[in-house]
Amino acid sequence: MDEIITLDYGSGGLRTAQLIEEILVPAFRNPALEVLGDGAVLPKPESALVFSTDSFVVTPWKFPGGDIGKLAVCGTVNDVCMAGGKPLYLSLSCILEEGFCMEDFREIVASIARTAKAVGVQVVTGDTKVVERGHGDGIYLNTAGIGVLRAPGLSKDAIRPGDAVLVSGSVGCHGAAVLFARGEIPFAGSLSSDCQPLQELSAAALDAGGVRVLRDPTRGGVATTLSEFVEHSALSIELDETAIPVDPQVEAACALLGLDPLYSACEGRMLAVTAPETAEAVLQAMRRTPGGEGAVCIGRVTQSHPGHVVLRTAAGGSRLLGKLSGAQLPRIC
Amino acid sequence: MPFEEPFQHPEGIEKLLAHIAALSERTGPMRLMEVCGTHTMAIAKAGLKSLLPKTVRLLSGPGCPVCVTPSGDLDAVFALSERPHVLLASYGDLLRVPGSKRGTSLLRQRALGAKVAVVYSPMDALALAQKTPQCEVVFLGVGFETTAPGTAACILEAAEKKVPNFSVLCLLKRTEPALRALIASPDFAVDGFLCPGHVAAILGAEAFRFLPEEYGLPAVVSGFTPGDLVYSISLLVEQCAEKRPALSNTYTRVVRDAGNPAAKAMMDAVLTPCTSTWRGLGEIAGGGFAIREAYAAYDAAKKFGFSPAPAADPPGCRCSHVIRGAAAPEDCPLFGKACTPADPVGPCMVSSEGACAAAWRYRAG
Amino acid sequence: MCLAIPLKIRSIDGKTAVGEAAGLTQKVRVDFLPDLQIGDYVMVHAGFAIQKMTEEQAKFDLSCIEEAIHAV
Repeated sequence: MDEIITLDYGSGGLRTAQLIEEILVPAFRNPALEVLGDGAVLPKPESALVFSTDSFVVTPWKFPGGDIGKLAVCGTVNDVCMAGGKPLYLSLSCILEEGFCMEDFREIVASIARTAKAVGVQVVTGDTKVVERGHGDGIYLNTAGIGVLRAPGLSKDAIRPGDAVLVSGSVGCHGAAVLFARGEIPFAGSLSSDCQPLQELSAAALDAGGVRVLRDPTRGGVATTLSEFVEHSALSIELDETAIPVDPQVEAACALLGLDPLYSACEGRMLAVTAPETAEAVLQAMRRTPGGEGAVCIGRVTQSHPGHVVLRTAAGGSRLLGKLSGAQLPRIC
Repeated sequence: MPFEEPFQHPEGIEKLLAHIAALSERTGPMRLMEVCGTHTMAIAKAGLKSLLPKTVRLLSGPGCPVCVTPSGDLDAVFALSERPHVLLASYGDLLRVPGSKRGTSLLRQRALGAKVAVVYSPMDALALAQKTPQCEVVFLGVGFETTAPGTAACILEAAEKKVPNFSVLCLLKRTEPALRALIASPDFAVDGFLCPGHVAAILGAEAFRFLPEEYGLPAVVSGFTPGDLVYSISLLVEQCAEKRPALSNTYTRVVRDAGNPAAKAMMDAVLTPCTSTWRGLGEIAGGGFAIREAYAAYDAAKKFGFSPAPAADPPGCRCSHVIRGAAAPEDCPLFGKACTPADPVGPCMVSSEGACAAAWRYRAG
Repeated sequence: MCLAIPLKIRSIDGKTAVGEAAGLTQKVRVDFLPDLQIGDYVMVHAGFAIQKMTEEQAKFDLSCIEEAIHAV
């Protein structure tokens, strides 16, 4: 096999077959995939399905704490989990740019396989395309995930006044880590992405009972996700700034760049709104689960400012948190 | 951090807030202006307005460099970005600011094919020029006196290293002439100034002495933590109440009386005061910096013949009033309706430290 | 108008130094601070150290605030 991806690997001919047989199938090996049909035939599920998809264009493809492959599994698996599903199957589409290093592709595929195995999902179907040099950014991935519904009725409409707002750990790490890895800002640090699958954490929270809604605060961060929970509703969320965990390095990075950690993306954190009477149990369950050790309650659902998220600041003041209005840009002002 | 942490929430700061309320109730309403956008942001972020009595009104002055850059300048910057081989290097702050036509911005120019890079420091722009000799790298030098010395140092280094494909579009502004113009404007109604701590780090606290001495206006040079701000506001309120205008410096850990002489010397070596147009304040003699003739080779205005046309603000937009403190963001008919951070009309809504954006994003809860 | 943060100087090499906060390091130009020492704290704006900070001055600022609080 060549040391770089050429257009031939997307031709559908011999080289495409080589890519599939030498890299992809050995990595993901399972009966549904190995038939290599136009689609995977899957056994009849025991309950309703959860179906989600996500695309991954992260630059650089490798960053401290993860890579585009791990992200592509976590991203979709986490969406299925947040919708109350137990993820079972993934599809994988790769869009490769001509000239992409074959060794890097192998590394990414290995990362996908490793993460999928850890989560217990199978990659059962997929596709590979190659675009001309200059028409892509090395590699783009798309995954779609199917899971069975284990917790029906999760919805922001289920939120009630008095509910507790929990977060599974410190916020904003992924966004800050990727910004650093990009090398466009003149800082160095040991910041690591929080990228991780949430299937165990979500299962633990759901088993503890009383969960109204789950969401992983990816793009737009915690502030945007919570705003979406209450917008157009008669409810508000009151957050306690001092309770929100922020890694000191993320805090410093955001201060340096004039960014707000509450709007910085997480890729392995979970926000849970729970009934007040089960909040403590959910919190304990999360803390006992790997990846949820830092879970805390950061706020309450109220009716004081319908449709808004209110932050009680460390200084004792208060202000509203809106949705992110555009990508955060490093600023000097 | 010993310089910020203890100032975040000093014990008993509530007492100072109560003191402010009691004083201002006795003396009647007062209007204080912060002339630094970073103060605007810090006040909003800490939710300080919700802690202050209604009688103490904080107004945001012309302290956001991108907000005071006239829309005509931005139109000319967009035109510059369309020239072949030109790569514009800009602070992130400037990327969303519209020109005279709604919807225009550097982000849009980039989407349409212009080469626009976000940099954190002018030195990054110079490095970019050295890395891409095939491009004419133009650094968009916005900012006030805090930013000017670094911009000057960068021009000096470009001259030293003879980087032929690097130049600076100097849009730097000078604080003092703008404050004087503001005070002279017919609708001026401010009782005291919260002075910009980082401008003062360069120029010195003394640079603001003209406010109490010539205009009888209280002036407090302040830091940016909630503790700094509440204390500084309390001093302003005291001075107003006692009719005893003075210059105070509550940020001595960064601001010396004479500022930073080395930085001032470098600024003076490369830059010279010039007449400059401020959005909201108009043409101000000495209101900006130009690059000295000796460094003309690195002056993008000369290299590319930058000649912005005067342009009107968008219809209905009251940014120019907001910048003067003559209107609050909420007084603008467009605020929160036709003009939001997601779809901004004027610069004060675009810039993250603009008065309107801060007022919208950090609406008091 | 001027976002700046305090960094601790870890190393100096001519006009360039490395500053640190919470384990994050940043290359900083120190053109304007001729007598800078390793271990000094500086306020950094747009990649340039604009002023040196001392703990004594920080304590002074804090004592002013505390005095004002006690006075009311």
